[in-house]
Amino acid sequence: MKMNRLLSALIPALVFIFLAFPLLGVDMSPQNLRLVVSLAPSSNLTLILTAGFAIFLFQYFKFSITRIADVVKVKVIDNNVENLEFKTLFASYWFWAILVISLFAWPLLVGSSTSLDISIKVLIYVMLGLGLNVVVGLAGLLDLGYVGFYAVGAYCYGMLNFYFDIGFWVALPISVFAAATAGFLLGFPVLRLRGDYLAIVTLGFGEIIRILLNNLSSITGGPNGLNGIDKPTLFGLEITKRLKIDKENGQTIYDFFGFDYDRMYMMMVIYFLALIMVFFCLFVINRLQRMPIGRAWEALREDEIACRSLGLNRTAIKLSAFTIGASTAGFAGAFFAAYQGSISPESFIFFESAIILAIVVLGGMGSQLGVILAAIVLTALPEMAREFNDYRMLVFGALMVLMMIWRPQGFIQTKRPTIDLNGESKA
Amino acid sequence: MIEQAYLFLDHMFNGLTVGSAYALIAIGYTMVYGIIGMINFAHGEVYMMSAYIGFLVIGGMTMLGIDSSLILLAGAMLVSIIISSVYGFSIERVAYRPVRGQNRLIALITAIGMSIFLQNYILLGQSSRNISMQPLISGSWSMMSPGGFEASLSYMQAVIWFVTVLAMIGLTLFVTKTKLGRASRATSEDKVMTSLLGINTNNVISITFVIGAAMAAIAGVLLGTYYGDVSPYMGFIMGLKAFTAAVLGGIGSIPGAMLGGIVLGMTEAMAAGYFSAEYKDVVSFGLLILVLLFRPYGLLGKPEVEKV
Repeated sequence: MKMNRLLSALIPALVFIFLAFPLLGVDMSPQNLRLVVSLAPSSNLTLILTAGFAIFLFQYFKFSITRIADVVKVKVIDNNVENLEFKTLFASYWFWAILVISLFAWPLLVGSSTSLDISIKVLIYVMLGLGLNVVVGLAGLLDLGYVGFYAVGAYCYGMLNFYFDIGFWVALPISVFAAATAGFLLGFPVLRLRGDYLAIVTLGFGEIIRILLNNLSSITGGPNGLNGIDKPTLFGLEITKRLKIDKENGQTIYDFFGFDYDRMYMMMVIYFLALIMVFFCLFVINRLQRMPIGRAWEALREDEIACRSLGLNRTAIKLSAFTIGASTAGFAGAFFAAYQGSISPESFIFFESAIILAIVVLGGMGSQLGVILAAIVLTALPEMAREFNDYRMLVFGALMVLMMIWRPQGFIQTKRPTIDLNGESKA
Repeated sequence: MIEQAYLFLDHMFNGLTVGSAYALIAIGYTMVYGIIGMINFAHGEVYMMSAYIGFLVIGGMTMLGIDSSLILLAGAMLVSIIISSVYGFSIERVAYRPVRGQNRLIALITAIGMSIFLQNYILLGQSSRNISMQPLISGSWSMMSPGGFEASLSYMQAVIWFVTVLAMIGLTLFVTKTKLGRASRATSEDKVMTSLLGINTNNVISITFVIGAAMAAIAGVLLGTYYGDVSPYMGFIMGLKAFTAAVLGGIGSIPGAMLGGIVLGMTEAMAAGYFSAEYKDVVSFGLLILVLLFRPYGLLGKPEVEKV
């Protein structure tokens, strides 16, 4: 028994060392067109051995660890029983009032423009997550090319501003409309496809958009992208240090109120704008979800055949979800372009789609609160861990896997009361 | 006119070469999808790692004084297949098995996480720069047209085709003739029923991942030495293309993956040759969308009957 346990712990550790050694423990360098192979620096070797030892320990004490985990889990479930208190908390206006006030007071609390920068990025991802949540979480359509719509929105504002000097507030609805049109046009032919086929087609669409942005250099600026995109104005007042948009008659917000320019103020204004936009998205999607169309999205996700036999038009329902999702991405995209001031295809790679999808799934598909929490976790944590640059993404990937194993239902589970007739639910 | 034919031949050779690699990698996607219905996003990274391992072995063997290129290639392939297979096995065991039976999105996110992890793992171990080496097998057969146009088929391309055909024949024999192959077909048909008949479906699924990784390893070593260049980022786009090929051919069908790979490779080579190299990906994704519009289940896929 003891021997068995030792063996079952030793084998994974040895397998790990066997696997890790050739890729982590050996260095290759090309010399005179030949490869020279040498042992990696000892830091890598110790890393392999330490990790191998950690795996051994974990496997050896697995039973005790799982027992502890079970105890913790039971506690979590107990907490869930008291979820009612949470519900009353969420229902109280006081809670929401305090939350909103503290969100608006946030920039005064953090006091540094880097953390505000992260906060703004988080808010952008919250918007994107909310939009994709409609497509994936509510309507159950797997969209892997969501970043394509984000790019459409960003480049729409970017190009309108760059070539025609159109301001943010005028371009915003145009961007939203452009992204929605892109969603509609893509959705129309492909929504007949079954789940995973849809995934690859949308993925391909995202890639096509990125390649086009990269190669249509005369319009989009190619890999360098567009620079010098104007920041949003506030009731006609500019928020940059010097007048950029209307050099003759314009006025900056600082002159108007008699402040001295500080980068912090500008970031604060942008943060407030982002916050308002997030609330707007939340409000619209929340209302939509409670409208017949929103109910139809969820019904379609649960059972397509039942929906059709009830006379719901599945194409229209899917298309509306797709279009709403795309327009939210366009909304976020235009804001992103305005905030960054420059855009390039680099910002719209598949990895972004994957992150947004991870936000939706990790948040617990369909839950808006979950999406917000997950957006904070998935955006702010990697940003804050910038100093551990080498290990940052490695740990990020590993955490994504571990989260899915430990808590597949996401942070916040939304499940309507259901009866399982087959005893086995379909995936 | 005759020049056109030569040019076409040249593009075709390139297309067949890349297409062979797509087909080999696509098999991993399609078999895994067929058996557990998940998109194994980390498969492209296995391809990338196997190319690294191949380079490592070639480098090591040349340092030992072996310089017969065929032995080098064979050695690299053998070691790469072994290590990659263990990788495929471990990835399934560590990351995918715990989430099996959940919603398919969960498995997808797990696979994406795995892909990010593996890519950064190689970045950490081998740095982010490309590693290049001299092509192992140089030289080519070339056909000169009267007008001076040349269509050349390099020896390396011939080796790639030969090995790919060999691997495909081997796989087909495995799936159709052996007991394990029958078990794997049965598992993809109905997992519960198969396990009722006394087959350990967990092992069958592991075997599927091992075969997929081995095929990716063959492709990785072949293409790595063909281009003479590896980078940690090469797995993603290759995986994407191979997955496209699998879907194009009809996901879940092994002959479909082979056909899809070749079709996609040819399309890309033709698009790059006649149209523009920058837009070859646009053309291939466009082809995918077009095919799916008219044949929503891919070229060789079976339409799935919706049942209540």
